[in-house]
Amino acid sequence: MLLIPCPWCGPRDEAEFHYGGQAHVAYPEDPAALSDEEWARYLFFRDNPKGLFAERWSHTAGCRRWFNAVRDTATNEIHAVYRTGEPRPVIA
Amino acid sequence: MTAQPYRREGVTGKTVRFRFDGRDYEGLEGDTLASALLANGVRAVASSVKLGRPRGVYAAGCEEPNALVQIEEPFPEPMLQATTVELYDGLVATGLPGQGRLADRPDPARYDAVHAHCDVLVVGAGPAGIAAAGVAARAGGRVILADERPEPGGSLLGTTETLDGRPGREWAAEEVAALAALPEVRVLRRTTVVGHYDDNYVVAVERRTNHLGAAAPAEMARERVWRIRATRVVLATGGHERFVAFAGNDLPGVMLAGAARTYANHYRVLPGRRAVVFTTDDSAYAAALDLADAGVEIAAIADVRRAPGEAWAARCAERGIEVLTGYVVTAAKGEGEVSSVEIGPRGAGATREVAADLLLVSGGWTPVVHLFSQAGGTLRYDEGLGAFTPGETRQAVEAAGFARGVGGTGVRTLRACLEDGAEAGRRALAAAGFAVASGHRLPAAEEEPTAAPAEHLWLVEAGDYGTHFVDLQRDVTVADVLRATGAGLTSVEHVKRYTTAGTAHDQGKTSGLLTSGVVAHALGVDVAELGTTTFRAPYTPVSFAALAGRDRGPLHDPVRVTAMHEWHVARGALFENAGQWKRPWYYPRPGEDMEAAVLRECRAAREDVAAMDASTLGKIDVVGPDAAVFLDRLYTNMMSTLKVGSIRYGVMCRPDGMVFDDGTVIRLADDRFLVTTTTGNAAAVLDWMEEWLQTEWPDLRVHCTSVTEQWATVALVGPRSRAVLARLAPGLAVGNDSFPFMTWRDTEVAGIEARVCRISFSGELAYEINVSSWFGLALWEAVMASGEVTPYGTETMHVLRAEKGFPIVGQDTDGTVTPQDLGMEWIVSKKKADFIGKRSYARADTSRPDRKHLVGLLPEDPGVLLPEGAHLVETSALPEPPVPTLGFVTSSYRSAALGRTFALALVSGGRERVGERLYAPVGADLVPVTVTSHVLYDPEGARRDG
Repeated sequence: MLLIPCPWCGPRDEAEFHYGGQAHVAYPEDPAALSDEEWARYLFFRDNPKGLFAERWSHTAGCRRWFNAVRDTATNEIHAVYRTGEPRPVIA
Repeated sequence: MTAQPYRREGVTGKTVRFRFDGRDYEGLEGDTLASALLANGVRAVASSVKLGRPRGVYAAGCEEPNALVQIEEPFPEPMLQATTVELYDGLVATGLPGQGRLADRPDPARYDAVHAHCDVLVVGAGPAGIAAAGVAARAGGRVILADERPEPGGSLLGTTETLDGRPGREWAAEEVAALAALPEVRVLRRTTVVGHYDDNYVVAVERRTNHLGAAAPAEMARERVWRIRATRVVLATGGHERFVAFAGNDLPGVMLAGAARTYANHYRVLPGRRAVVFTTDDSAYAAALDLADAGVEIAAIADVRRAPGEAWAARCAERGIEVLTGYVVTAAKGEGEVSSVEIGPRGAGATREVAADLLLVSGGWTPVVHLFSQAGGTLRYDEGLGAFTPGETRQAVEAAGFARGVGGTGVRTLRACLEDGAEAGRRALAAAGFAVASGHRLPAAEEEPTAAPAEHLWLVEAGDYGTHFVDLQRDVTVADVLRATGAGLTSVEHVKRYTTAGTAHDQGKTSGLLTSGVVAHALGVDVAELGTTTFRAPYTPVSFAALAGRDRGPLHDPVRVTAMHEWHVARGALFENAGQWKRPWYYPRPGEDMEAAVLRECRAAREDVAAMDASTLGKIDVVGPDAAVFLDRLYTNMMSTLKVGSIRYGVMCRPDGMVFDDGTVIRLADDRFLVTTTTGNAAAVLDWMEEWLQTEWPDLRVHCTSVTEQWATVALVGPRSRAVLARLAPGLAVGNDSFPFMTWRDTEVAGIEARVCRISFSGELAYEINVSSWFGLALWEAVMASGEVTPYGTETMHVLRAEKGFPIVGQDTDGTVTPQDLGMEWIVSKKKADFIGKRSYARADTSRPDRKHLVGLLPEDPGVLLPEGAHLVETSALPEPPVPTLGFVTSSYRSAALGRTFALALVSGGRERVGERLYAPVGADLVPVTVTSHVLYDPEGARRDG
């Protein structure tokens, strides 16, 4: 079980969190202006990398806030957590 | 009752009486079931799972592959290893044919779980583990030392080694007692660490009362699960001896050399009278000499090597023990147990048969790397050991002592293990942020002979490999492995799946590496490049009861009840689970079955007046200057135009356009709405709102608060509901003009502050009366006081709403259904520029003509009730499979109002099929049904105003 460093509460057991999938997939500014394919990409297409992945978590059994984390999907190591709206940090 | 013929002479102790396979025996306190059976000369303990071959005790710990037993008394428990069952008075057990039986009665014991945190967790209280814990604990670290056995010492328990001039076992006991007295140290005995997960989350199972039998105190948890988060972990898990594949290597009387040594030294039991020893390294010599000292005649030592350790050879010569170098055991022979051993020069040459009732085998020692591997560590092959040892890991864990392969020759050296453990303890605590002084005093160990290199022998070559076992518990032989490699399998993972080697409940502790070795031999490759199979938790079997802990029976899941619950119970309601809620299902009168009760309740609601406890509906307060904008984005229809005092029904969809939830929105003020959700989705809708507010629209000034449990709600339904309400709320103008449909009023009902909403989920004139949940019961009792209002439950609610074609999200929808599919085109705003889901209605998929629509179904026989989930086909006879299905029944009831059965269904192109006849395959029959509109009752809506 991961130990996830909530940016608001500090490190907590994974059981307190809900996973929210890939981060930085913004709701389109004007959905009506998108082609069917562009809209389908927003709806259905997500990255599935082996390695660093920016993803969303919600501390549902704690502060109930959403935040982002950069996790290595191969090792489960969390390299960074940051608040919603902040840019993805650069990880060497 | 028999004496204990194989107990060493002069041994005294408290006698323990037990029964095995229907016979009474005596053992001694401190015995395991295995050692007590050996003391009584019981050789065949169980039989093998596939071949039914007799099997005896092979090992002395959790690696035991053979001696599987069923505890019968005091409480039935299947598939335990006789080597790990501590003996107690009154124990009744049976040997198993590889499979056990579940208990036939409820387990009276309790189980619990504990969370713990520490700076350093040390797994294993052998020499390395005790040294590691000692250094870390004396430097002030918060230390947990966990060990699977009843007493500390690990490998020291099986040897005659001394530390500081006294038996190693005594040193271990004293040192661990001293550590346990330190305030920050916790010593867990009988505690097996079974899983090592991410971020040093470690799960262990402590057996607290199993060893006490019937004397176990009832109030004490039988087993306890420890969930430990450790800053650093030191794995001092030692090693397991492995065997060699040769003919008949499964006969009772064949035993791992180290295990025999443990039985002789620790349990004071002779595992036989006359032994042959077969070894690939020096470690079996120590076993042979200890057994000789204990009174076992060592007939010969067959050493595959040309050059055994000189010191050991000399010691054997002193005792007159014959050492045959370059020799192997070609077969163990005997009827049901070993009576002779065939030995011969390796490769070819004349064999000879040696009479013996015991054959000790050592194929080398394998470091116990299970937890290290589970934690994500890599393994590397150690040529000297002939085994895999811990390599790299990203976790804060390291192995120490023999688990790390210290010594490098396969022979554990005590001094090296102590030093390695102390170093690991020092490193671990320093890494956890402590200043660790050097100079921890280690006990003085005896000089040990320098070990000669081992020779790694996996199998003794033969013409027939049919009884060369590699996995005793799974009955897998070299012949089976060759069949796998002959079929073209070249990966140990594939061979494991093909042969099942390593998949038994011993998880291949003795067989895993041997399997790899045999595969490597067959393919002519190096074990190093072949690797091992992946180690997975749990390290040893864990009972479901332990994992369940206290979360069983009434404590399995929280139960939520409404303020009126006790009234429902007193009235004999049957209950239905809606998530964690208990909702009254129906209220049968004496002599009524469910069908009769529901028809009566339905009639009361349609023809008279009835009431339901609707308190479980989710309720969310949405407050803030941007609340209206926010709801416009969430719902498919317009909410910002709703007037204060009014109510609107709404549907919420996902961005893909599929229905997610529905409910009503009440406007309390310009900046305040009360949103209701379905009972089961209350938390999900609140999460949904929070997600959008926090991640997409943080600029919106809106706050959402769950108020589900703050309100109690009574739905008052039926043509006479207005009259009842008028009497209960004399201050309220109840007329249709002054209190129209889809509006709300604050008033007093039965003297209680209330908010009354004119909402109908039945199509009838109806009111929802909301009060503080503190007054929920008082309100309900006031409504029921006159006796004219019929209470009704969720089943009647379902029938009433289905007659009107109102869908239930999650029953009539499944995440692939749009509002248009439900016939609710009218609720999808054309005016709003955007809302969640809107763009998806322009996708080709959502306008396909063959989409499933919600329709009604009338079985042609009005008495036939279709099962929910039944499929629908076009033809009156089923074609060959696969049968094309048009859709399925989502709701099906008997209707009092229609005087017949009916159903709702999702049917491909359903609205175009109204009037068509379809068929529902039910069992062997095809039930003819007619497709209708989903609104079957009062389609013109004439009844809602009373």
